[in-house]
Amino acid sequence: MLNYIFRRLLALIPVLLIVSLTIFLLIHLVPGDPAAAMLGENATQEQIDALHTAMGLDLPLPLQYLRWMGRLLRGDLGTSYFMKGTVNEILRDHMVPTLQQTAVAVAFAALVGVPLGMIAAVHRGRAADRLISGFSTVGVSMPSFLMGLGLVLLFSVKLRLLPSSGYKEIAVAGWRTHMRYMLLPGIALGFIEMGLIIRMTRSAVLEILSADYMRMARSKGVSRVRLFLKHALKNALIGILTVVGLSFISCLGGAAVTETIFNIPGIGKLTLNAVMRRDYEVVQAVVLVVSLLNVVCTLILDLFFAMIDPRIRLQ
Amino acid sequence: MQQETFDRRQLSRVRRELLREQRALNARRFFRNRQAVFGALVVLVMLLLAVLAPVLAPADPLAQSVANRFAKPGEAGYLLGADKLGRDLLSRILYGARVSMTVGLSVGLSSMVFGMIMGLYACYYPTLDKILMRICDGLSAIPSTLLAIALMAVLGSSIYNVITALSIVYIPRMARVSRAAALTVKEQTYIEALRSQGASSFRIIWGHIAPNILSSVVVQASYNFANSIITEAALSFLGVGVPAPQPSWGNILSEGREVITTAWWMIVYPGAATALAVMGTNIFGDGLRDILDPHSN
Repeated sequence: MLNYIFRRLLALIPVLLIVSLTIFLLIHLVPGDPAAAMLGENATQEQIDALHTAMGLDLPLPLQYLRWMGRLLRGDLGTSYFMKGTVNEILRDHMVPTLQQTAVAVAFAALVGVPLGMIAAVHRGRAADRLISGFSTVGVSMPSFLMGLGLVLLFSVKLRLLPSSGYKEIAVAGWRTHMRYMLLPGIALGFIEMGLIIRMTRSAVLEILSADYMRMARSKGVSRVRLFLKHALKNALIGILTVVGLSFISCLGGAAVTETIFNIPGIGKLTLNAVMRRDYEVVQAVVLVVSLLNVVCTLILDLFFAMIDPRIRLQ
Repeated sequence: MQQETFDRRQLSRVRRELLREQRALNARRFFRNRQAVFGALVVLVMLLLAVLAPVLAPADPLAQSVANRFAKPGEAGYLLGADKLGRDLLSRILYGARVSMTVGLSVGLSSMVFGMIMGLYACYYPTLDKILMRICDGLSAIPSTLLAIALMAVLGSSIYNVITALSIVYIPRMARVSRAAALTVKEQTYIEALRSQGASSFRIIWGHIAPNILSSVVVQASYNFANSIITEAALSFLGVGVPAPQPSWGNILSEGREVITTAWWMIVYPGAATALAVMGTNIFGDGLRDILDPHSN
């Protein structure tokens, strides 16, 4: 196991290198001088030159990269040009609403997706299966902004049940109000993932149901409920947990859309505002942090699976 | 010498016949698969609407009419209503289909071409494989929506930059799929036989491996097509995709969000168009996968 962990950590180095290089080079894709682009049309040449030097853009490219990396390794993500405070502080403040929203989204996707996927697998080929599979196709084809708009139209405009936008902190407004505001964005964000989880669960359970040891257990007279819960579910769990884990990451990345619709002050909204203002340091920092989270989550998932399934370690 | 040319001619005849049979079989499987036929029809209709938009659209999608601001569907000759500037929604949706289909096709094709080249050469040259796959790992570690937004931030919003950004996002996935498929083909004995006969690597890669991975590649391309339609709409919705006043489903929906309490048609119709296009392509992709790649399901 230690050997496996070591190998996995070693394999991370090139990935992180590529991620950091990509994000570093992003700013150099800006046509013309990034400093001029940031300051806008009304800036004087002196202002542009000053920012140009301050950003270190006059240094050779490799040196700029090393300087940037050195800063990152010290845990310094830079300073926002347009907002008060360091990027670290800004990110920390905006991370909370995004994580809360992502948690609601993943919980919704898993709580609806896993049971439906199982029902579909058990009733393979019958009406229930066809209905659920159709529903999952609708799910994976429903972009979050469309789902979000639809939910607002139905629950806020027509039925007037839930608020159409906004964010309430738990500490200030309490759990109930917080959840009332989080429900629609969470469902909108998690809907595509729900479709994927239905599909994955269905095929994982189907594969196990047709395995030899299942037929063996059945012929030994194991009850249907026990057969399903103890033998099938346990073995299908790896596939299901993988897709649930991955859905957490795509929700984190896709939050920009729902945060815009529902006006939630999370990192997605932060990124978009930074994009509009050409606050490149903030854009780079958000992309970097979310990608890092992605890499770490994937690693934890893999290590967890290697722990419960020794075969993975040997691959 | 005479003998050899004869053999070759016969061989190519047999090969042609086999290919024709395979194609006929695939066509029969296709038409028996109701899902695939339905998906193909939806995609075909969308493509036709996009191509014929100038003919079908009842009005100029940019023509404003202050008197008819937010005309309801069916009112004053606006079949699907009008937006805040009195522009005809139906015409805007039809022209929006052009944007979606252009982006979908361009990204689908470019990711197919570049991803396939990367996958094929990666499977054949181990050193290149290590480098390319690390790059793909790195690029896919960045969540796709965020990468697309960041790329649009630096490139500036225009339909060409949307295509560039989405191609960068989707090429790594295609490279992975085609590499995986190519690796299994490369293990086959006939590839070994070809190599021992001294066939050039170019001939093996393009003449023998490429045609055999085409089915996996086409299936993935259809998913990339659907996903890039979604992402383009999302980017335009967020204001970093196709810039106004050029209509795209995403930016029509973004205008609709501002008037969601009063003008439902600004959400419902462009939303339905987006959902239908994506669903059609996804269903088509699933059907295609079942036909071309029966083992994958």
